Amino acid sequence: MTRLFSLRAWSAVFTVTAVLLVVLPVLHLALPADHPLHVSSFWITLLGKFMCYAVVALAMDLIWGYTGILSLGQGLFFALGGYAFGMYLMRQIGRDGVYGSQLPDFMVFLDWKELPWYWTGTDSLAWALVLVVAAPGLVAFVFGYFAFRSRIKGVYFSIITQALTFAAMLAFFRNDMGFGGNNGFTDFKRIAGYPVTAPEMRTLLYVLSGLYLLAALVLARWLVHSKFGRVLTAIRDQESRLLFLGYRTLWFKLSIWTLAAIMSGIAGALYVPQVGIINPSEMGPANSIEIAIWAAVGGRGTLIGPIAGAFAVNGAKSWFTVAYPEYWLFFLGALFVGVTLLMPRGLVGLWSQLRSRIGRPAAGTLAAPPARQEPG
Amino acid sequence: MDAPAIHGLGGSASVGYGHPVDPDQVDTSHGPILYLEDITVSFDGFRALNKLNLTIDRGELRCVIGPNGAGKTTMMDVITGKTRPDEGSAFFGQTFDLRRLPDTEIARLGIGRKFQKPTVFESHTVFENLELAMKTDKRVRPTLWARLSPAQRDLIERTLVTTGLDGNQQRLAGALSHGQKQWLEIGMLLVQEPQLVLLDEPVAGMTDAETERTAELILELEGSHSIMVVEHDMDFVAKIARKVTVLHEGSVLAEGSLAQVQGNERVIEVYLGR
Repeated sequence: MTRLFSLRAWSAVFTVTAVLLVVLPVLHLALPADHPLHVSSFWITLLGKFMCYAVVALAMDLIWGYTGILSLGQGLFFALGGYAFGMYLMRQIGRDGVYGSQLPDFMVFLDWKELPWYWTGTDSLAWALVLVVAAPGLVAFVFGYFAFRSRIKGVYFSIITQALTFAAMLAFFRNDMGFGGNNGFTDFKRIAGYPVTAPEMRTLLYVLSGLYLLAALVLARWLVHSKFGRVLTAIRDQESRLLFLGYRTLWFKLSIWTLAAIMSGIAGALYVPQVGIINPSEMGPANSIEIAIWAAVGGRGTLIGPIAGAFAVNGAKSWFTVAYPEYWLFFLGALFVGVTLLMPRGLVGLWSQLRSRIGRPAAGTLAAPPARQEPG
Repeated sequence: MDAPAIHGLGGSASVGYGHPVDPDQVDTSHGPILYLEDITVSFDGFRALNKLNLTIDRGELRCVIGPNGAGKTTMMDVITGKTRPDEGSAFFGQTFDLRRLPDTEIARLGIGRKFQKPTVFESHTVFENLELAMKTDKRVRPTLWARLSPAQRDLIERTLVTTGLDGNQQRLAGALSHGQKQWLEIGMLLVQEPQLVLLDEPVAGMTDAETERTAELILELEGSHSIMVVEHDMDFVAKIARKVTVLHEGSVLAEGSLAQVQGNERVIEVYLGR
């Protein structure tokens, strides 16, 4: 068995991690705001957000790039994790809300007298963390079990996941669901008693997001390098053949599907306190499609690619939605079509193509390495 | 779980016939390894198999021939659990009822099938293809920590030699020639240590040299494996034939040595008559 990463890859990962998780936080906390090298909280929040997105892209790569299951509902699991942690954040507001009640404001507004039963225990951080894992995990497990057992595949599976997240969005829009209707949760004050907007808390959440991304990358890398990972790729390429070899592919698909949902849910839980809001629009169909685009732009089946894709697309989005807000969706659509047609292996494919050209300039018309056949 | 191999590759290990203690072992102590009786399968009123009777003994090499639509592939589907018969009984050894077991279970118990079209995992290497096929615990958790034991590595090495693929183990299976893919698939069958091997048109699309090599390969396996070959190519059948079964319209038309069935008037009629 070979090492998880080559030495060069390890040192690259280590360098990026050190810059992102040590240098930037120090520049943010230690330097005064008017210092030229000061990193503003805007950047810390933005990058923290991107790192949460990157984990979702990584999860997407595990199920789509490696296993060939295109989920167009990954945003649902992200949002469920966010809502689960959001419940805790709402309880931490205590009596500091607009109405000064022990209940969250939106419940007072609805004239509710007590918390619904499913809010029980949400004032405990430990229980909130359990919910962050359990809510997306259970939904994914139950949905996945029935979908995979019925051997629903390909585009049908994608459409159903899209419908699932859309249905969940409609449900969460309803006030009587008890999750704040279309306003969702916001105006968070504290985590474990500490103010959520303090620079130290921001930095802590940012560093946690970064460590989580690193851990997720190592886990994903270990998975795809194990025999388990080779079975996943075989499911993508020739599932029926695996059945005849005696593998019950249902359980393999269900494991990776549920794991990807949990990964996305935890990312959502880290995301919500950093952006300060969670509402049903996170479950919108377009959000989930965007996640698939991150993975495609970065390069499916490469792990590092989708991470890069999440940063690149969201970086572009941050700039675009300020400069030309009305054209962003057109750009996104064009990007998806363009990448699919011209760069089937995404940014990673482009990178290795460039490298081989620079490495052997004499070859001139060096052909690109053949793209892997990936259905879906 | 280490079930003792009844026939290791190359016939090295053997626990002999007699009284298997492992409930997973196929019991052939009192009869054939495969037993089909009065199997009938209908698709929308069309009888693909019509009261088919067929038995295969342990260690036997059997060729099944017949014109298109005779029911050869449907018969394979029944044996591997892909199609359920409407009537009749199908047993693997004395104890395993093939009509009730799910397809993955049948594969696990030791019926290996090679499909008409070579289906290998194209983006895996030859070595990885064999690793995936190998007889091991194929549930989710063991695959996470799976490491090849020296014995397993050895089995893969020997299989590479048997199938003539040694030197290609690090190539992607998708880059192999058509004939090599077919051999890889036979190799994938062998590392499953099956009790019964089903080969569906193993030389379809092969060159003459490849066909020749495949015939040698199958003859090498004879005795250590029970094999059923379904084939159109009569030259190929002539090279490997011991006992031949002719299917026609879903039932057995004739059975015997190649010379016997070739001399059978009804067989001549079916093949040449219409």
